[in-house]
Amino acid sequence: MTTLVAYREPAVGPRPAPARAPRRGRLRWLVLALLILVGVVVLVPFALVVMNAFKSAEDYASNGALSFPRRLDFDSVVEFWRRVDFSRKLLNSVLISGSVAIGGSVLSLLNAFALGIGRVKGRYVFLVVFLTANLLPQESLVYPLYYLAKEVGLYDTRLSVIIIFIVIQSAFGTYLLTSVLAAFPRQIIEAATIDGATKWQVLCRVVFPLSRPTLAVLFTFFFIWTWNEFFLPLIFLVSNDNQTVPVAVGVLQGQRMMDATAQSASALLGILPAIVFFLIFQRTLTRGVTAGALK
Amino acid sequence: MKLRARRLDFGYAPFLVPGVVLFLVVVLGPFVANVVLGFTRWRGVGTPSWLGLDNYRRLLQDDAFWASFRNNVAMIVAMTVIPTIVGLLLASLLFDYVAKRFARGWATRLRAAYYLPQVLPVAVAGVVWGWILHPSYGVLNSFLERIGLETLTRNWLGDPDTALPAVMAVMVWIQIGYPVVMFMAGLQRVDPEMYEAAELDGANWFQRFRYISIASIRPEIYVVVLTTIIAALKVFGPIFVLTRGGPGTATLVPSYFSYQNFFERADVGYGSAISTVLAAVIIIVAAVFIRFQNRRELASLR
Repeated sequence: MTTLVAYREPAVGPRPAPARAPRRGRLRWLVLALLILVGVVVLVPFALVVMNAFKSAEDYASNGALSFPRRLDFDSVVEFWRRVDFSRKLLNSVLISGSVAIGGSVLSLLNAFALGIGRVKGRYVFLVVFLTANLLPQESLVYPLYYLAKEVGLYDTRLSVIIIFIVIQSAFGTYLLTSVLAAFPRQIIEAATIDGATKWQVLCRVVFPLSRPTLAVLFTFFFIWTWNEFFLPLIFLVSNDNQTVPVAVGVLQGQRMMDATAQSASALLGILPAIVFFLIFQRTLTRGVTAGALK
Repeated sequence: MKLRARRLDFGYAPFLVPGVVLFLVVVLGPFVANVVLGFTRWRGVGTPSWLGLDNYRRLLQDDAFWASFRNNVAMIVAMTVIPTIVGLLLASLLFDYVAKRFARGWATRLRAAYYLPQVLPVAVAGVVWGWILHPSYGVLNSFLERIGLETLTRNWLGDPDTALPAVMAVMVWIQIGYPVVMFMAGLQRVDPEMYEAAELDGANWFQRFRYISIASIRPEIYVVVLTTIIAALKVFGPIFVLTRGGPGTATLVPSYFSYQNFFERADVGYGSAISTVLAAVIIIVAAVFIRFQNRRELASLR
């Protein structure tokens, strides 16, 4: 992962059990073949989507889904892009996910500063209570939130979704960052305080710069988690102008205007941003996926 | 100057104020309101009328409610049981077998392949499979026709017999990469000498798998099982996109059932009761798990 050149295990040479070698030789190829087969099965849907998104409707009708496209045809992708105003959906998704990632990280830092550095009384209770934001099913919050949003004029605005997800995402962020900051060297903070720094200055000039690596993990997670959210955006963002990518793609599923190639085009446009983020954030992600487990 | 020096010190509490206020407005307040609405009849406009426990009595007699929780168990099988078991096998084969006997690059590449569905928004994963399983132009049926198995073609998501297994298969596809990545990360902690020592003692692969690999990555297994059970209880997106709970109640899950009552039937009180039950189930599952974990930690200290 750390180098661009694929790292290869040095050849181990013959194992010290020559009697068992022949059987094992065949078995190991069988195991590898089986594992590759599983990988192929997992990847086939992606291949099918790509193959059919660039196929003309006539080609699909006469040759089916399993053949390669006779020629590359961008009509269904372009047509779908235009029809749902996909640029707008991308913009909405980036705006919402980006705002939540920033807002959620800031809120997590504020909470974790009080709980991890400040050791506020009852911090364990605070942590557990905050975590329920993540634990509770969104269905058990949605109707009152929906009603509230309508009352204050935030219904069908991207801001409503941003605020809600900042709170929900920061639950995990507070938990993770508090455990990191609880191990923060006290001497640094004491030294800064003796030098006359206020708590706010300690937060901005000492704690924030030193917790940047964790904040980067949180930012990445919040961005991708929010991008992938479906339920709340489905309910709060009803007008076309405010919808996110997953909602636009998901809601159109099964509608009459969606023929086979249009559907694979929509799937492709839903898949692509996710894969782009995965490639961009891969290193942060692999570092972070297991962070929750070991902290 | 004197006044400023004697300014009140609130400690670190002020830094918690935004978090607490937002939590009250976005989580606690709405949750309490939802619990209360569960005891009322309300169509979303006007004043709710108090019903007491009527919604809950109705739930107990509602076949759709029981079907939704039965389907939740099926989701746990598809999202927790199968991925955890298969993931354990795949992860240790990749780590202990492929990475050692072949180039490590193979293990990394295969892991990435298994993980790819995990990066998709679940709704998009649903769209991919809705297209593959489509009765008239779906890839699966045209594949079966091409290899001469026309008799097997069917309306996978529209047939009450195949809808739930089809959705379960999709969920396995979505979930499988998560345990593989978690478990492989855990296996990296294991001292390779343990495997070598076991091998010298004549332990076969399965014995090493059972007594070394599984024993060493208990924390990862615990996290995977807990998080995927909760995800399975909450599942909504794939059901919305693939089947809308149908046909009938064949793939209905509690989250979708409450959504229907909230936004399609305007039966808000009943929807609130359903979602309150779901929340209670999730809280109980999480509490049991944390309890269990703490007790084991205590036991290991003795």
